[in-house]
Amino acid sequence: MDASTPFKPAAADAERSLVIRKLRKEYRAGQPVLKDVSLTVEGRGMTAIIGPSGTGKSTLIRCINRLVDPTAGEILFRGQDLARLNGRQLRLARRRMGMVFQEYNLVERLSVIENVLCGRLGYVPVWRAWLRKFPAQDVERAFQLLDAVGLGDFATQRADQLSGGQRQRVGIARALMQEPDLVLADEPTSSLDPKTSVEIMELIARRAGERDIPVIVNIHNVDLARRFADRIVGMAKGEIVFDGPPRALQDAHLLQIYGGEGWLE
Amino acid sequence: MITAAPPAAARLRRWQRFTLAQRVTRSVFYLSVLVAIVWSLRSIEIIPEFLYDAPQQTVDLFARMWPIDWAWYPKVVHGALIETLHTATLGTILAVIMASLVAVMVARNITRSVVLNSIGRFILVATRSVHAMIWALFFVAVFGPGALAGTMAIAIHSIGFTGKFLAEAIEEAKPGPIEALVAAGAPPLAVLLKGYWPQVKPAFLSISVFRWDINVRESAVLGLVGGGGLGMALDTALSNLYWDQVGLVLFVIFVVVMAAEIVTALTRSRII
Repeated sequence: MDASTPFKPAAADAERSLVIRKLRKEYRAGQPVLKDVSLTVEGRGMTAIIGPSGTGKSTLIRCINRLVDPTAGEILFRGQDLARLNGRQLRLARRRMGMVFQEYNLVERLSVIENVLCGRLGYVPVWRAWLRKFPAQDVERAFQLLDAVGLGDFATQRADQLSGGQRQRVGIARALMQEPDLVLADEPTSSLDPKTSVEIMELIARRAGERDIPVIVNIHNVDLARRFADRIVGMAKGEIVFDGPPRALQDAHLLQIYGGEGWLE
Repeated sequence: MITAAPPAAARLRRWQRFTLAQRVTRSVFYLSVLVAIVWSLRSIEIIPEFLYDAPQQTVDLFARMWPIDWAWYPKVVHGALIETLHTATLGTILAVIMASLVAVMVARNITRSVVLNSIGRFILVATRSVHAMIWALFFVAVFGPGALAGTMAIAIHSIGFTGKFLAEAIEEAKPGPIEALVAAGAPPLAVLLKGYWPQVKPAFLSISVFRWDINVRESAVLGLVGGGGLGMALDTALSNLYWDQVGLVLFVIFVVVMAAEIVTALTRSRII
Protein backbone atom coordinates (compact mmCIF):
# COMPACT_ATOMS: atom_id res chain seq x y z
CA MET A 1 0.00 0.00 0.00
CA ASP A 2 1.42 3.33 -1.00
CA ALA A 3 1.45 6.31 1.29
CA SER A 4 0.55 8.74 -1.44
CA THR A 5 -2.91 7.27 -2.05
CA PRO A 6 -5.28 10.24 -2.27
CA PHE A 7 -8.20 10.35 0.13
CA LYS A 8 -10.54 12.72 -1.66
CA PRO A 9 -14.13 12.49 -0.40
CA ALA A 10 -16.44 11.28 -3.15
CA ALA A 11 -20.13 12.10 -3.00
CA ALA A 12 -21.14 8.43 -2.84
CA ASP A 13 -18.81 7.94 0.12
CA ALA A 14 -20.40 10.62 2.23
CA GLU A 15 -22.84 8.20 3.85
CA ARG A 16 -20.03 5.77 4.63
CA SER A 17 -17.87 8.28 6.43
CA LEU A 18 -17.57 8.89 10.15
CA VAL A 19 -18.09 12.45 11.29
CA ILE A 20 -17.00 13.49 14.77
CA ARG A 21 -18.16 16.92 15.89
CA LYS A 22 -16.92 18.75 18.97
CA LEU A 23 -16.31 15.56 20.89
CA ARG A 24 -15.52 16.22 24.53
CA LYS A 25 -14.66 13.79 27.29
CA GLU A 26 -14.07 14.67 30.92
CA TYR A 27 -13.29 11.79 33.29
CA ARG A 28 -13.22 14.44 36.00
CA ALA A 29 -15.40 17.51 35.65
CA GLY A 30 -13.46 20.47 34.32
CA GLN A 31 -10.49 18.37 33.18
CA PRO A 32 -11.20 17.45 29.57
CA VAL A 33 -9.13 14.66 28.05
CA LEU A 34 -10.65 15.41 24.65
CA LYS A 35 -11.15 19.10 23.97
CA ASP A 36 -13.96 19.44 21.44
CA VAL A 37 -12.31 17.28 18.81
CA SER A 38 -13.79 17.37 15.30
CA LEU A 39 -12.70 14.86 12.69
CA THR A 40 -14.14 13.39 9.53
CA VAL A 41 -12.95 9.95 8.45
CA GLU A 42 -13.78 8.97 4.89
CA GLY A 43 -15.41 5.68 4.01
CA ARG A 44 -12.18 3.88 3.15
CA GLY A 45 -8.47 3.75 3.85
CA MET A 46 -6.46 3.77 7.03
CA THR A 47 -6.31 6.74 9.34
CA ALA A 48 -3.54 6.62 11.93
CA ILE A 49 -3.79 8.66 15.11
CA ILE A 50 -0.39 9.39 16.64
CA GLY A 51 0.53 11.27 19.78
CA PRO A 52 2.11 10.87 23.21
CA SER A 53 0.64 8.60 25.88
CA GLY A 54 -2.24 10.09 27.82
CA THR A 55 -3.21 12.50 25.10
CA GLY A 56 -6.67 11.09 24.49
CA LYS A 57 -6.06 8.85 21.44
CA SER A 58 -7.47 5.83 23.18
CA THR A 59 -10.36 7.81 24.64
CA LEU A 60 -11.21 9.12 21.18
CA ILE A 61 -11.30 5.67 19.61
CA ARG A 62 -13.26 4.22 22.55
CA CYS A 63 -15.83 7.00 22.34
CA ILE A 64 -16.63 5.85 18.82
CA ASN A 65 -17.86 2.40 19.92
CA ARG A 66 -18.88 3.77 23.30
CA LEU A 67 -16.60 1.72 25.49
CA VAL A 68 -16.19 5.24 26.85
CA ASP A 69 -19.19 7.56 27.09
CA PRO A 70 -18.43 11.02 25.71
CA THR A 71 -19.33 14.06 27.80
CA ALA A 72 -20.50 16.10 24.80
CA GLY A 73 -20.41 16.10 21.03
CA GLU A 74 -21.67 14.05 18.12
CA ILE A 75 -20.36 10.95 16.39
CA LEU A 76 -22.26 10.49 13.14
CA PHE A 77 -21.96 7.18 11.35
CA ARG A 78 -24.31 5.58 8.86
CA GLY A 79 -27.15 7.92 9.69
CA GLN A 80 -26.92 7.62 13.46
CA ASP A 81 -25.41 9.69 16.24
CA LEU A 82 -23.43 7.02 18.08
CA ALA A 83 -23.03 9.31 21.08
CA ARG A 84 -26.79 9.18 21.71
CA LEU A 85 -27.41 5.44 21.36
CA ASN A 86 -28.36 3.19 24.24
CA GLY A 87 -29.28 -0.40 24.98
CA ARG A 88 -30.26 -2.47 21.96
CA GLN A 89 -29.63 0.33 19.45
CA LEU A 90 -26.08 0.67 20.76
CA ARG A 91 -25.47 -3.08 20.51
CA LEU A 92 -26.72 -3.13 16.93
CA ALA A 93 -24.35 -0.27 16.08
CA ARG A 94 -21.44 -1.91 17.91
CA ARG A 95 -21.70 -5.16 16.01
CA ARG A 96 -20.93 -3.22 12.81
CA MET A 97 -17.68 -1.91 14.30
CA GLY A 98 -14.80 -4.32 14.74
CA MET A 99 -12.17 -3.56 17.34
CA VAL A 100 -8.59 -4.77 17.67
CA PHE A 101 -6.91 -4.31 21.05
CA GLN A 102 -3.35 -3.85 22.27
CA GLU A 103 -3.59 -6.84 24.60
CA TYR A 104 -5.61 -8.86 22.03
CA ASN A 105 -8.38 -9.39 24.64
CA LEU A 106 -9.10 -12.96 23.61
CA VAL A 107 -11.04 -15.24 25.92
CA GLU A 108 -8.01 -17.33 26.76
CA ARG A 109 -9.70 -20.52 27.88
CA LEU A 110 -11.76 -20.80 24.71
CA SER A 111 -10.49 -22.31 21.49
CA VAL A 112 -9.22 -20.14 18.65
CA ILE A 113 -12.25 -20.84 16.46
CA GLU A 114 -14.64 -20.01 19.28
CA ASN A 115 -12.85 -16.72 19.86
CA VAL A 116 -13.38 -15.87 16.21
CA LEU A 117 -17.03 -16.90 16.48
CA CYS A 118 -17.36 -14.50 19.41
CA GLY A 119 -17.44 -11.84 16.70
CA ARG A 120 -20.95 -13.14 15.89
CA LEU A 121 -22.32 -12.75 19.43
CA GLY A 122 -24.12 -9.58 18.39
CA TYR A 123 -25.92 -11.51 15.65
CA VAL A 124 -26.73 -15.00 16.93
CA PRO A 125 -29.23 -15.82 19.70
CA VAL A 126 -27.64 -16.52 23.08
CA TRP A 127 -28.77 -20.16 23.14
CA ARG A 128 -26.77 -20.84 20.01
CA ALA A 129 -23.63 -19.39 21.57
CA TRP A 130 -24.33 -21.33 24.76
CA LEU A 131 -24.77 -24.68 23.03
CA ARG A 132 -21.98 -23.85 20.57
CA LYS A 133 -24.43 -24.30 17.71
CA PHE A 134 -23.40 -21.40 15.54
CA PRO A 135 -25.03 -21.24 12.08
CA ALA A 136 -23.10 -23.36 9.58
CA GLN A 137 -22.22 -20.41 7.35
CA ASP A 138 -20.76 -18.55 10.37
CA VAL A 139 -18.56 -21.53 11.23
CA GLU A 140 -17.44 -21.80 7.61
CA ARG A 141 -16.61 -18.09 7.50
CA ALA A 142 -14.67 -18.37 10.77
CA PHE A 143 -12.55 -21.11 9.20
CA GLN A 144 -12.04 -18.99 6.10
CA LEU A 145 -10.95 -16.01 8.19
CA LEU A 146 -8.53 -18.18 10.16
CA ASP A 147 -7.06 -19.36 6.87
CA ALA A 148 -6.88 -15.76 5.71
CA VAL A 149 -4.89 -14.68 8.79
CA GLY A 150 -2.67 -17.75 8.47
CA LEU A 151 -3.95 -19.72 11.46
CA GLY A 152 -5.95 -22.39 9.71
CA ASP A 153 -4.16 -25.16 11.59
CA PHE A 154 -4.76 -23.63 15.02
CA ALA A 155 -8.57 -23.59 15.02
CA THR A 156 -9.07 -26.08 17.84
CA GLN A 157 -6.16 -24.97 20.02
CA ARG A 158 -6.80 -22.95 23.11
CA ALA A 159 -6.15 -19.24 22.66
CA ASP A 160 -3.69 -19.12 25.57
CA GLN A 161 -1.34 -21.45 23.72
CA LEU A 162 -0.67 -18.90 20.98
CA SER A 163 2.13 -16.34 20.72
CA GLY A 164 1.42 -12.62 20.81
CA GLY A 165 1.44 -12.21 17.05
CA GLN A 166 -0.83 -15.21 16.58
CA ARG A 167 -3.23 -13.91 19.20
CA GLN A 168 -3.45 -10.57 17.46
CA ARG A 169 -4.25 -12.39 14.22
CA VAL A 170 -7.13 -14.11 16.03
CA GLY A 171 -8.18 -10.68 17.30
CA ILE A 172 -8.26 -9.39 13.74
CA ALA A 173 -10.23 -12.41 12.54
CA ARG A 174 -12.72 -11.85 15.37
CA ALA A 175 -13.16 -8.20 14.37
CA LEU A 176 -13.67 -9.16 10.69
CA MET A 177 -16.12 -11.88 11.74
CA GLN A 178 -18.48 -9.07 12.71
CA GLU A 179 -18.65 -8.02 9.04
CA PRO A 180 -17.86 -4.52 10.20
CA ASP A 181 -18.38 -1.22 8.39
CA LEU A 182 -15.46 0.22 10.36
CA VAL A 183 -12.41 -1.20 12.11
CA LEU A 184 -11.00 0.44 15.21
CA ALA A 185 -7.52 -0.60 16.34
CA ASP A 186 -6.20 0.59 19.68
CA GLU A 187 -2.40 0.22 19.67
CA PRO A 188 -2.58 -3.14 17.86
CA THR A 189 1.20 -3.52 17.62
CA SER A 190 2.45 -2.06 20.90
CA SER A 191 2.90 -5.46 22.54
CA LEU A 192 4.58 -7.05 19.52
CA ASP A 193 8.10 -7.24 18.14
CA PRO A 194 9.01 -5.04 15.13
CA LYS A 195 8.69 -7.73 12.47
CA THR A 196 5.37 -9.02 13.78
CA SER A 197 4.15 -5.43 14.07
CA VAL A 198 4.69 -4.88 10.35
CA GLU A 199 2.91 -8.15 9.53
CA ILE A 200 -0.05 -7.24 11.71
CA MET A 201 -0.37 -3.77 10.18
CA GLU A 202 -0.13 -5.28 6.72
CA LEU A 203 -2.85 -7.75 7.58
CA ILE A 204 -5.21 -5.10 8.92
CA ALA A 205 -4.62 -2.83 5.93
CA ARG A 206 -5.08 -5.64 3.41
CA ARG A 207 -8.19 -7.21 4.94
CA ALA A 208 -9.87 -3.84 5.44
CA GLY A 209 -8.88 -2.87 1.90
CA GLU A 210 -10.52 -6.03 0.53
CA ARG A 211 -13.74 -5.20 2.31
CA ASP A 212 -13.33 -1.55 1.36
CA ILE A 213 -13.98 -0.31 4.88
CA PRO A 214 -12.21 2.44 6.83
CA VAL A 215 -9.71 1.72 9.62
CA ILE A 216 -8.86 4.05 12.47
CA VAL A 217 -5.72 3.00 14.27
CA ASN A 218 -4.00 4.44 17.33
CA ILE A 219 -0.33 3.85 17.04
CA HIS A 220 2.85 4.85 18.82
CA ASN A 221 5.17 3.91 16.03
CA VAL A 222 5.43 6.85 13.65
CA ASP A 223 7.26 4.79 11.01
CA LEU A 224 4.48 2.22 10.91
CA ALA A 225 1.92 5.00 10.69
CA ARG A 226 3.80 6.56 7.77
CA ARG A 227 4.15 3.24 6.02
CA PHE A 228 0.58 1.98 6.22
CA ALA A 229 -1.74 4.93 6.77
CA ASP A 230 -3.34 7.03 4.07
CA ARG A 231 -3.81 9.83 6.52
CA ILE A 232 -2.15 10.78 9.77
CA VAL A 233 -3.82 12.65 12.60
CA GLY A 234 -1.49 14.01 15.26
CA MET A 235 -2.88 14.66 18.71
CA ALA A 236 -1.41 16.55 21.63
CA LYS A 237 -3.09 17.38 24.93
CA GLY A 238 -6.55 16.37 23.77
CA GLU A 239 -6.50 18.30 20.53
CA ILE A 240 -5.71 17.58 16.90
CA VAL A 241 -2.55 19.44 15.96
CA PHE A 242 -1.78 17.75 12.64
CA ASP A 243 -3.97 16.26 9.96
CA GLY A 244 -2.70 15.27 6.57
CA PRO A 245 -1.13 12.62 4.35
CA PRO A 246 2.01 10.85 5.65
CA ARG A 247 4.34 12.73 3.29
CA ALA A 248 3.18 16.06 4.77
CA LEU A 249 4.30 14.97 8.25
CA GLN A 250 7.56 16.82 8.95
CA ASP A 251 9.90 16.77 11.92
CA ALA A 252 8.49 20.12 12.98
CA HIS A 253 5.08 18.49 13.31
CA LEU A 254 6.49 15.63 15.35
CA LEU A 255 8.09 18.11 17.70
CA GLN A 256 4.76 19.85 18.02
CA ILE A 257 2.94 16.56 18.68
CA TYR A 258 5.38 14.96 21.09
CA GLY A 259 7.10 18.10 22.44
CA GLY A 260 10.70 18.32 23.55
CA GLU A 261 13.64 18.07 21.23
CA GLY A 262 16.81 16.08 20.78
CA TRP A 263 14.98 12.72 20.48
CA LEU A 264 14.53 13.25 16.76
CA GLU A 265 17.80 12.32 15.09
CA MET B 1 21.32 9.82 62.83
CA ILE B 2 22.71 12.56 60.72
CA THR B 3 22.35 15.57 63.03
CA ALA B 4 25.19 15.64 65.59
CA ALA B 5 28.55 15.12 63.91
CA PRO B 6 30.75 12.90 66.09
CA PRO B 7 34.24 11.88 64.92
CA ALA B 8 34.34 10.11 61.59
CA ALA B 9 34.83 6.61 63.01
CA ALA B 10 31.69 6.80 65.17
CA ARG B 11 29.46 8.13 62.44
CA LEU B 12 27.56 4.92 61.83
CA ARG B 13 24.06 5.43 60.58
CA ARG B 14 21.47 3.51 62.54
CA TRP B 15 18.54 1.64 61.16
CA GLN B 16 15.68 0.15 63.08
CA ARG B 17 12.73 -1.67 61.63
CA PHE B 18 10.15 0.03 63.83
CA THR B 19 9.78 3.54 65.18
CA LEU B 20 9.46 4.05 68.93
CA ALA B 21 5.69 4.49 68.66
CA GLN B 22 5.40 1.24 66.70
CA ARG B 23 7.47 -0.64 69.28
CA VAL B 24 5.31 0.64 72.15
CA THR B 25 2.15 -0.33 70.26
CA ARG B 26 3.50 -3.81 69.59
CA SER B 27 4.49 -4.34 73.22
CA VAL B 28 1.03 -3.26 74.38
CA PHE B 29 -0.50 -5.66 71.86
CA TYR B 30 1.57 -8.64 73.05
CA LEU B 31 0.80 -7.80 76.67
CA SER B 32 -2.93 -7.66 75.99
CA VAL B 33 -2.77 -11.06 74.26
CA LEU B 34 -1.16 -12.48 77.41
CA VAL B 35 -3.81 -10.87 79.63
CA ALA B 36 -6.54 -12.30 77.38
CA ILE B 37 -5.11 -15.84 77.66
CA VAL B 38 -4.91 -15.68 81.46
CA TRP B 39 -8.39 -14.23 81.70
CA SER B 40 -9.84 -16.95 79.43
CA LEU B 41 -8.17 -19.72 81.44
CA ARG B 42 -9.71 -18.34 84.62
CA SER B 43 -13.20 -18.05 83.14
CA ILE B 44 -13.48 -21.57 81.68
CA GLU B 45 -13.47 -22.96 85.23
CA ILE B 46 -11.19 -25.94 84.94
CA ILE B 47 -12.00 -28.52 87.55
CA PRO B 48 -8.63 -29.97 88.61
CA GLU B 49 -9.99 -33.38 89.59
CA PHE B 50 -11.46 -33.87 86.13
CA LEU B 51 -8.27 -32.63 84.50
CA TYR B 52 -6.07 -35.09 86.42
CA ASP B 53 -7.90 -38.23 85.36
CA ALA B 54 -8.61 -37.02 81.81
CA PRO B 55 -5.95 -39.30 80.24
CA GLN B 56 -7.38 -42.25 82.16
CA GLN B 57 -10.93 -41.45 81.02
CA THR B 58 -9.80 -41.12 77.42
CA VAL B 59 -8.07 -44.49 77.45
CA ASP B 60 -11.10 -46.03 79.13
CA LEU B 61 -13.42 -44.62 76.46
CA PHE B 62 -11.35 -46.00 73.62
CA ALA B 63 -11.12 -49.34 75.42
CA ARG B 64 -14.91 -49.53 75.53
CA MET B 65 -15.10 -48.80 71.79
CA TRP B 66 -12.87 -51.76 71.07
CA PRO B 67 -13.59 -54.21 69.49
CA ILE B 68 -15.69 -52.22 67.02
CA ASP B 69 -19.14 -53.69 66.40
CA TRP B 70 -18.76 -54.35 62.66
CA ALA B 71 -21.99 -56.32 62.55
CA TRP B 72 -23.90 -53.07 63.12
CA TYR B 73 -22.61 -51.65 59.81
CA PRO B 74 -24.94 -53.44 57.37
CA LYS B 75 -27.91 -53.08 59.71
CA VAL B 76 -27.90 -49.30 60.32
CA VAL B 77 -24.67 -47.50 59.47
CA HIS B 78 -24.53 -48.28 55.76
CA GLY B 79 -27.89 -46.68 55.06
CA ALA B 80 -26.98 -43.72 57.23
CA LEU B 81 -23.69 -43.31 55.38
CA ILE B 82 -25.42 -43.22 52.00
CA GLU B 83 -27.92 -40.74 53.38
CA THR B 84 -25.07 -38.53 54.62
CA LEU B 85 -23.39 -38.56 51.22
CA HIS B 86 -26.68 -37.75 49.52
CA THR B 87 -27.34 -34.93 51.97
CA ALA B 88 -23.91 -33.43 51.36
CA THR B 89 -24.09 -33.76 47.57
CA LEU B 90 -27.63 -32.55 47.06
CA GLY B 91 -27.11 -29.75 49.58
CA THR B 92 -23.99 -28.63 47.75
CA ILE B 93 -25.71 -28.66 44.35
CA LEU B 94 -28.60 -26.57 45.67
CA ALA B 95 -26.17 -24.21 47.39
CA VAL B 96 -24.05 -23.74 44.26
CA ILE B 97 -27.11 -22.90 42.16
CA MET B 98 -28.39 -20.32 44.63
CA ALA B 99 -24.90 -18.98 45.35
CA SER B 100 -24.22 -18.42 41.66
CA LEU B 101 -27.18 -16.07 41.40
CA VAL B 102 -26.18 -14.21 44.55
CA ALA B 103 -22.52 -14.04 43.42
CA VAL B 104 -23.51 -12.37 40.14
CA MET B 105 -25.56 -9.92 42.20
CA VAL B 106 -22.63 -9.18 44.50
CA ALA B 107 -19.85 -8.90 41.87
CA ARG B 108 -19.36 -5.20 41.30
CA ASN B 109 -18.01 -5.62 37.78
CA ILE B 110 -21.31 -7.18 36.66
CA THR B 111 -23.93 -5.60 38.91
CA ARG B 112 -23.31 -1.88 39.08
CA SER B 113 -25.95 -1.18 41.68
CA VAL B 114 -24.79 -0.57 45.23
CA VAL B 115 -28.24 -1.50 46.54
CA LEU B 116 -28.20 -4.93 44.82
CA ASN B 117 -24.55 -5.49 45.86
CA SER B 118 -25.50 -4.81 49.47
CA ILE B 119 -28.56 -7.05 49.41
CA GLY B 120 -26.41 -9.86 47.97
CA ARG B 121 -23.73 -9.32 50.57
CA PHE B 122 -26.35 -9.40 53.31
CA ILE B 123 -27.62 -12.77 52.03
CA LEU B 124 -24.05 -14.14 52.00
CA VAL B 125 -23.27 -12.96 55.54
CA ALA B 126 -26.66 -13.99 56.94
CA THR B 127 -26.53 -17.55 55.60
CA ARG B 128 -22.90 -18.08 56.55
CA SER B 129 -22.98 -16.64 60.06
CA VAL B 130 -25.64 -19.11 61.24
CA HIS B 131 -24.03 -22.52 61.78
CA ALA B 132 -25.31 -25.52 59.82
CA MET B 133 -26.41 -27.11 63.12
CA ILE B 134 -28.63 -24.12 63.87
CA TRP B 135 -30.07 -24.19 60.35
CA ALA B 136 -30.73 -27.90 60.88
CA LEU B 137 -32.61 -27.20 64.12
CA PHE B 138 -34.67 -24.66 62.21
CA PHE B 139 -35.45 -26.97 59.30
CA VAL B 140 -36.19 -29.92 61.61
CA ALA B 141 -38.86 -27.69 63.11
CA VAL B 142 -40.16 -26.89 59.60
CA PHE B 143 -39.90 -30.23 57.78
CA GLY B 144 -39.61 -32.61 60.72
CA PRO B 145 -36.48 -34.69 61.42
CA GLY B 146 -34.77 -36.44 58.52
CA ALA B 147 -32.53 -35.99 55.51
CA LEU B 148 -34.64 -33.19 53.99
CA ALA B 149 -33.96 -30.93 56.97
CA GLY B 150 -30.27 -31.80 56.80
CA THR B 151 -30.09 -31.12 53.08
CA MET B 152 -31.75 -27.74 53.43
CA ALA B 153 -29.46 -26.83 56.34
CA ILE B 154 -26.39 -27.72 54.25
CA ALA B 155 -27.74 -25.87 51.22
CA ILE B 156 -28.62 -22.64 52.98
CA HIS B 157 -25.52 -22.53 55.16
CA SER B 158 -23.22 -23.13 52.15
CA ILE B 159 -24.59 -20.18 50.15
CA GLY B 160 -22.49 -17.72 52.11
CA PHE B 161 -19.17 -19.49 51.66
CA THR B 162 -19.71 -20.50 48.04
CA GLY B 163 -21.22 -17.18 47.02
CA LYS B 164 -18.45 -15.14 48.62
CA PHE B 165 -15.66 -16.98 46.83
CA LEU B 166 -17.57 -17.11 43.55
CA ALA B 167 -18.16 -13.36 43.68
CA GLU B 168 -14.44 -12.84 44.27
CA ALA B 169 -13.59 -15.07 41.31
CA ILE B 170 -15.98 -13.10 39.11
CA GLU B 171 -14.47 -9.82 40.23
CA GLU B 172 -11.00 -11.14 39.38
CA ALA B 173 -12.00 -11.89 35.78
CA LYS B 174 -9.86 -9.96 33.32
CA PRO B 175 -11.75 -6.96 31.94
CA GLY B 176 -10.08 -7.10 28.50
CA PRO B 177 -12.01 -10.04 26.99
CA ILE B 178 -15.24 -8.68 28.49
CA GLU B 179 -14.59 -5.34 26.83
CA ALA B 180 -13.94 -7.08 23.52
CA LEU B 181 -17.27 -8.92 23.60
CA VAL B 182 -19.15 -5.76 24.62
CA ALA B 183 -17.46 -3.93 21.74
CA ALA B 184 -18.66 -6.68 19.37
CA GLY B 185 -22.24 -5.91 20.36
CA ALA B 186 -22.80 -9.04 22.46
CA PRO B 187 -25.90 -8.85 24.69
CA PRO B 188 -25.32 -9.04 28.47
CA LEU B 189 -26.23 -12.73 28.76
CA ALA B 190 -23.77 -13.63 26.00
CA VAL B 191 -21.04 -11.61 27.74
CA LEU B 192 -21.76 -13.50 30.94
CA LEU B 193 -21.64 -16.83 29.12
CA LYS B 194 -18.65 -16.32 26.83
CA GLY B 195 -16.69 -13.62 28.66
CA TYR B 196 -17.07 -14.33 32.37
CA TRP B 197 -17.93 -18.03 32.55
CA PRO B 198 -14.76 -19.38 30.85
CA GLN B 199 -12.68 -17.25 33.19
CA VAL B 200 -14.60 -18.20 36.33
CA LYS B 201 -15.07 -21.91 35.54
CA PRO B 202 -11.91 -23.30 37.19
CA ALA B 203 -12.60 -21.38 40.40
CA PHE B 204 -16.26 -22.42 40.25
CA LEU B 205 -15.43 -26.13 40.08
CA SER B 206 -12.71 -25.86 42.68
CA ILE B 207 -14.94 -23.97 45.13
CA SER B 208 -17.84 -26.40 44.60
CA VAL B 209 -15.71 -29.49 45.21
CA PHE B 210 -14.10 -27.90 48.26
CA ARG B 211 -17.50 -27.00 49.68
CA TRP B 212 -18.74 -30.54 49.03
CA ASP B 213 -15.75 -31.78 51.05
CA ILE B 214 -16.73 -29.53 53.97
CA ASN B 215 -20.38 -30.54 53.64
CA VAL B 216 -19.56 -34.24 53.88
CA ARG B 217 -18.05 -33.53 57.28
CA GLU B 218 -20.89 -31.29 58.39
CA SER B 219 -23.68 -33.58 57.25
CA ALA B 220 -22.03 -36.44 59.18
CA VAL B 221 -22.95 -34.73 62.45
CA LEU B 222 -26.21 -33.01 61.50
CA GLY B 223 -28.08 -36.12 62.64
CA LEU B 224 -27.27 -35.18 66.25
CA VAL B 225 -29.98 -32.53 65.96
CA GLY B 226 -32.26 -34.58 63.70
CA GLY B 227 -30.81 -33.86 60.27
CA GLY B 228 -30.54 -37.51 59.21
CA GLY B 229 -27.50 -39.56 58.22
CA LEU B 230 -24.57 -40.83 60.27
CA GLY B 231 -25.23 -38.34 63.05
CA MET B 232 -28.56 -40.05 63.69
CA ALA B 233 -26.81 -43.41 64.11
CA LEU B 234 -24.21 -41.79 66.35
CA ASP B 235 -26.95 -40.27 68.47
CA THR B 236 -28.67 -43.63 68.87
CA ALA B 237 -25.43 -45.38 69.81
CA LEU B 238 -24.47 -42.66 72.29
CA SER B 239 -27.80 -42.65 74.07
CA ASN B 240 -27.74 -46.44 74.31
CA LEU B 241 -24.15 -46.25 75.61
CA TYR B 242 -23.16 -48.83 72.97
CA TRP B 243 -19.60 -47.64 72.72
CA ASP B 244 -18.57 -50.30 70.20
CA GLN B 245 -21.22 -48.88 67.87
CA VAL B 246 -20.02 -45.32 68.58
CA GLY B 247 -16.56 -46.51 67.59
CA LEU B 248 -17.94 -47.88 64.32
CA VAL B 249 -19.66 -44.59 63.43
CA LEU B 250 -16.57 -42.53 64.28
CA PHE B 251 -14.44 -44.86 62.16
CA VAL B 252 -16.84 -44.58 59.22
CA ILE B 253 -16.89 -40.76 59.50
CA PHE B 254 -13.10 -40.77 59.52
CA VAL B 255 -12.93 -42.94 56.40
CA VAL B 256 -15.53 -40.83 54.58
CA VAL B 257 -13.76 -37.57 55.39
CA MET B 258 -10.45 -39.03 54.21
CA ALA B 259 -12.08 -40.24 51.00
CA ALA B 260 -13.66 -36.82 50.40
CA GLU B 261 -10.28 -35.22 50.96
CA ILE B 262 -8.67 -37.48 48.38
CA VAL B 263 -11.45 -36.92 45.84
CA THR B 264 -11.15 -33.15 46.36
CA ALA B 265 -7.39 -33.13 45.94
CA LEU B 266 -7.56 -35.22 42.77
CA THR B 267 -10.32 -33.13 41.22
CA ARG B 268 -8.63 -29.83 42.02
CA SER B 269 -5.33 -30.89 40.55
CA ARG B 270 -7.12 -31.87 37.33
CA ILE B 271 -9.01 -28.58 37.08
CA ILE B 272 -6.07 -26.26 37.73
